[in-house]
Amino acid sequence: MRVEAGLTSVLSGWPPPVLDAGGPFAQPVVLLTWALLIGGTIVLIVVLAALAVALWGKPSLRRRLGGDRAIWIGGVAFPGVVLTALLIWGLRLTGDLQATGPRADEMRVRITGEMWWWRVAYLDAAGRTVIRDANELHIPVGKSVLLELASADVIHSFWVPNLAGKMDMIPGRTNLLRIQADRPGTYGGQCAEYCGGPHALMGFAVVAHTPETFARWQAGRRAPPPPEAQRGAELFRTSGCAACHTIAGTEANGLAGPDLSHVGSRRTLGAGILPNNRGTLMGWIADSQTLKPGNRMPGYKQLAPEDLAALAAYMESLK
Amino acid sequence: MGVRIALIAALLLAGCENVGLAPNPAGTEAVARGRVAAERLGCGACHVIPGIWPAGTSGPSLANFRNRASIAGRQANRPDRLAEFLLDPAGTAMPRQPMSARDAADIAAFLHSAPQSAHAR
Repeated sequence: MRVEAGLTSVLSGWPPPVLDAGGPFAQPVVLLTWALLIGGTIVLIVVLAALAVALWGKPSLRRRLGGDRAIWIGGVAFPGVVLTALLIWGLRLTGDLQATGPRADEMRVRITGEMWWWRVAYLDAAGRTVIRDANELHIPVGKSVLLELASADVIHSFWVPNLAGKMDMIPGRTNLLRIQADRPGTYGGQCAEYCGGPHALMGFAVVAHTPETFARWQAGRRAPPPPEAQRGAELFRTSGCAACHTIAGTEANGLAGPDLSHVGSRRTLGAGILPNNRGTLMGWIADSQTLKPGNRMPGYKQLAPEDLAALAAYMESLK
Repeated sequence: MGVRIALIAALLLAGCENVGLAPNPAGTEAVARGRVAAERLGCGACHVIPGIWPAGTSGPSLANFRNRASIAGRQANRPDRLAEFLLDPAGTAMPRQPMSARDAADIAAFLHSAPQSAHAR
């Protein structure tokens, strides 16, 4: 039931807990956040106390507060020492977060931000795409994974707070980010740079597996899609879905929208905004514009209910 | 003066709750579970349900559903019938959703619960 609990937390526990580090690349960020918050609070209290003294304190205290000595110590020496120490400590603490090229045997995934979803490509050692997916990333626990972050249109920002800090996705650039989850589960993510219209509905899920379930997931992903749900497959072809969507092993090879080869095994629909089941598939296909206004998929309300159901059944069968 | 302000504040705060008919505790638990189940299943993908996101319009609105006379225009709108319908909505555009009998009973209780406000979350 772990996955079920994770799904619920992804969908209804929004936004994901920011101060709960799930791996070594989030811990420094959380630690730094607490240090800044607590340190800043202490400084604020001292400043307010000094203000109170300046307003209502005894004349002798007020004189001392206004003297050169107080200015040099409180205004120059203290911030100089504290901020320099903080800078050195912060750089050392977060130095390891600067990802360079892939380490030996490290899993690599290219994630491309698009308005308003995430294109996911699992790469082999030579950088060739092995598995195509969208809006979801599966990783093994306890191992670092190198993400190559890019954008197909405007600036997005990849942010799975439990696993790492934010990293911008900038057109024409590839930014590297390393993530790692130390316990199995589903970790919610969110585009963190305003990218237009339904930016707030551009969610993401990272699913961290134990080694056994990860191997099972990988094996399942490389299998060809099942030949069932024929009527839905026929409708997919005749309704024009293939103009934008790819389904491996079929004629459908559109590239504008998310790859649907394994859409039935995804946890969410519409980039992290809806659970994925027969009913939500039908609702999304019929009227995605009401659910995620402005997204690039038109609604297909003209389809008869039984056709919608057949299409949804086909999508569901693509595990 | 302070007492009066406190009283007024208490009255104002009391207005935030649904103080309609006194519900029985078991019933309110089912309603709460039903809301969670409806969110988990994504009922909002097709239906407007106050307090549930999103508010899809490809299916009928379920706002104030307890005031409806019938379920999908075919049978009396009672919570037990509604639970049966949710488990097997055959003959309508609605598909069978992955829910247990208990989920169905809870969702029926939720849809039949006292006036749902859009701020119920």
